[in-house]
Amino acid sequence: MADSKDIKVREKQELTTPAEQTTPGTVFTPQVDIFETEKEITLLADIPGVKSEKLSIDLRDNVLTITGDIEPVESAGEEDVLIEYETGRFYRQFTLSEVIDQNKIDANLGDGVLRLTLPKVEKATPRKIAIKAA
Amino acid sequence: MIYRRLLGFPNWEFRSPFAELERMKRQMDRLVEGWGGTYQRPYAGVFPLINLTETKDAYFVRAELPGVVAGDLDIQATSNSISVSGERKLPSENKDARWHRREREAGKFSRMIAMPSEIDPNKVDASLVNGILSVVVPKAEIAKPRQIAVR
Repeated sequence: MADSKDIKVREKQELTTPAEQTTPGTVFTPQVDIFETEKEITLLADIPGVKSEKLSIDLRDNVLTITGDIEPVESAGEEDVLIEYETGRFYRQFTLSEVIDQNKIDANLGDGVLRLTLPKVEKATPRKIAIKAA
Repeated sequence: MIYRRLLGFPNWEFRSPFAELERMKRQMDRLVEGWGGTYQRPYAGVFPLINLTETKDAYFVRAELPGVVAGDLDIQATSNSISVSGERKLPSENKDARWHRREREAGKFSRMIAMPSEIDPNKVDASLVNGILSVVVPKAEIAKPRQIAVR
């Protein structure tokens, strides 16, 4: 019966940043799924309205930052009748515990969902140190 | 209709748009209760949340539906309402995966949106781009504002 479940309405989470934003506007926290296998960590984020060129993914010092800017969809001259949700930039940060292979990160954006694959660095193979007689 | 032009209020503070909205909402609650009416929440409380805007000729219905494909959406129009229903499917992932966070939801949804005036159901056009559904709903000829010449 899991697939016949109805989606409950959830208001977008507005982010209250400790640091002030350089650009004005509201910032929202996207909903994410994160799961991990032996080889990689996968992150899925709902960022409706963000185009791939306006999405930035940054990984440094084990901190992953996702920032997505949106363009207003309303054209000039439209008047609001009913506004149930606000739009704005998406921003979310994660600290990653595993060491990630930066060169193999794969990001995919489709239908407003970001799929980020972060492969783990292959563990250094144990090496036997041979001691030479002097 | 209560929320029309709300954001154009002169004392609207950019820093806290919701605070102003909440304040207005409380005021309206009191007002309606004073008339002995039953108060209706401005949020229908039904997924998906929608934004409705209008121009002289049409209404625009927008909703955020990330991860929903066009084939799973069903949009129907009558002369005074639009119904949006569908299902959000999340692909099943690797069984061995350990989940750290699970915030995204899958499931069915259905919502009916009453239009403020009569519409032309034959010319409704819907598109789904980057997870945002936008439905263009042309107003019926009879509902369009008309310039009246004064003789």
